Amino acid sequence: MADKMALAKAINESLRRALESDPKVLIMGEDVGKLGGVFRVTDGLQKDFGESRVIDTPLAESGIVGTAIGLALRGYRPVVEIQFDGFVFPAYDQIVTQLAKMHARSLGKVKLPVVVRIPYGGGIGAVEHHSESPEALFAHVAGLKIVSPSNASDAYWMMQQAIQSDDPVIFFEPKRRYWDKGEVNAEAIPGPLHKARVVREGTDLTLAAYGPMVKLCQEVADAAAEEGKNLEVLDLRSVSPIDFDSIQASVEKTRRLVVVHEAPVFFGSGAEIAARITERSFYHLEAPVLRVGGYHAPYPPARLEEEYLPNLDRVLDAVDRSLAY
Amino acid sequence: MTVESTAARTPRRSAGSKAGTTGTKRTTRTPAKKDAKSNEPQLVQLLTPEGKRVKNAEYDKYVAGITPDELRGLYRDMVLTRRFDAEATSLQRQGELGLWASLLGQEAAQIGSGRATREDDYVFPTYREHGVAWCRGVDPANLLGMFRGVNNGGWDPNSNNFQLYTIVIGSQTLHATGYAMGVAKDGADSAVIAYFGDGASSQGDVAESFTFSAVYNAPVVFFCQNNQWAISEPTEKQSRVPIYQRAQGFGFPGVRVDGNDVLGVLAVTRWALERARGGEGPTLVEAFTYRMGAHTTSDDPTRYRGDEERQAWEAKDPILRLRRYLEASNHADEGFFAELEAESEALGKRVREAVRAMPDPDHFAIFENAYADGHALVDEERAQFAAYQASFADEGGN
Repeated sequence: MADKMALAKAINESLRRALESDPKVLIMGEDVGKLGGVFRVTDGLQKDFGESRVIDTPLAESGIVGTAIGLALRGYRPVVEIQFDGFVFPAYDQIVTQLAKMHARSLGKVKLPVVVRIPYGGGIGAVEHHSESPEALFAHVAGLKIVSPSNASDAYWMMQQAIQSDDPVIFFEPKRRYWDKGEVNAEAIPGPLHKARVVREGTDLTLAAYGPMVKLCQEVADAAAEEGKNLEVLDLRSVSPIDFDSIQASVEKTRRLVVVHEAPVFFGSGAEIAARITERSFYHLEAPVLRVGGYHAPYPPARLEEEYLPNLDRVLDAVDRSLAY
Repeated sequence: MTVESTAARTPRRSAGSKAGTTGTKRTTRTPAKKDAKSNEPQLVQLLTPEGKRVKNAEYDKYVAGITPDELRGLYRDMVLTRRFDAEATSLQRQGELGLWASLLGQEAAQIGSGRATREDDYVFPTYREHGVAWCRGVDPANLLGMFRGVNNGGWDPNSNNFQLYTIVIGSQTLHATGYAMGVAKDGADSAVIAYFGDGASSQGDVAESFTFSAVYNAPVVFFCQNNQWAISEPTEKQSRVPIYQRAQGFGFPGVRVDGNDVLGVLAVTRWALERARGGEGPTLVEAFTYRMGAHTTSDDPTRYRGDEERQAWEAKDPILRLRRYLEASNHADEGFFAELEAESEALGKRVREAVRAMPDPDHFAIFENAYADGHALVDEERAQFAAYQASFADEGGN
């Protein structure tokens, strides 16, 4: 039975289901309890599951992740919230040196099923440090898995799967899509967590995106269709691992690829995709893989973010450049 | 009064005694002399360097029932740990290990605290807790794998409730705190002990672990071995106040114990662990000791400290003082010491042989355990690596 709900609500429902089905699941973070989180993603959970399971923490991100590691060592499955993308860096050390590596360090004896939720990305007119897309900084680290849903149904199911994962998962939530509604079928059987999905079939060019940029790419495809161009849109869903097989299959059909993300293009996930797809599909490509993303500059003040972020015209421009080859 | 609680009567002035030497202007309100005195160790001591048992109203009860057999056991632990440590240093010099972090001088701090733990307690060590590992029953040879470079941690943490060595300074204090929060959630009466050093006391993670443990009343003991040196930096580069006093600001007690007095350390740690078990929350124990050797085998302490200091600490040797006490109390005879000497040599030999027999890991170990549930890229790169290696096998046929 499918219900229509906002993406934020879908995550809330998914967390609720996890808390109900597994007594070891904990929610931790700043303001996640009584307030329900600054985006209300954890709304009502503390009321229903108590302060012992939905934990308001001190304002110390390293402490949140570090204690979550300890709780995981004790057999818990903590889902921690970092309030905003730009606030994750005090925890970066714990994530990179401990969370990511303890399984390997222990030769597989220790598993750390910790989910780190990070609302990320721009487009909401926020102040500094509230609009960043740091996924590549985590994707570079072996031991972590990185996912980002684009819609309510994926948000629900990918959160279920992330919590069930015995590996640490960084769960990037597209905050500008929190209020977008979509169908969620809580009885469906979800596909694999790290598999990409074709959200629109096409023949002329592949647009690959994840998180907040999937919706944009669908709009781009609509606009391009009016000009007679038939674009395929791929929702990658996972940034580590990246489902290169699905990208390859799409590219070998369309022969052109444009990767879109909010994160800076330089050393971004698009760079990795471009390199790998060039290696895999060199003789199929009619054009170099193009990327549309943020610039190599600090995320700008809100009044400039529309110029910084990929938008319809910038992606269409890249589509045109690709098709011109 | 050695225990600092939130209710402590007189706040100490925090200006460090070394303010004058580091060029900081002294104020009349913090005369150097007074500060120098306040920075002197005000420590719990049950056994003097001369091996005399001194009474302590607060802590005697925690070792009141100790038997001669147990005292000999502590002595044996310290001697064997020192022997193992010396063997590891030799193995590094012989090229069998890439690095070794010696615990020389810290045997009492580690054996006293390690023996205070219960089987169900959980230990979070740094990379120097060889004596604690010994107490927990971790095979000494297994500690050497990471220093030989065949793994990054060669034991199952859950077999002995002894976490893997943590190299990033202070990180493990948060893990210990989280684990302790879990213990409390489970309603268990186990305790957790987190080891760290004077250098780590400056780390944000340590401060955050103090905050979290205090806020959640976590059953954790923070055991700081203040060995006076963080590689080349003396303790006054880390703190203007004695480290144990930091606990006060976080709302839990801190105590300084003579870290070279195994009996004192045992008593104080038992007290702190009992507090944790009894739901009284965290405690900070500062074991005042000395790193007699280099930071690691890669370090050269002659560049930053004089030998006089070392000599002064030699007189406070943890093993020597317990031996004096055992002899003076007729708790150990020559036979005991001779037998232990033989056991020591056997341990050294066993460890030496075990290390030399450690094979290099299989090449594919690079990819193993990167993930628990697997990862497509790891699979792909492993396959590429295998193909690359196989290409040499073909050439080998020539």
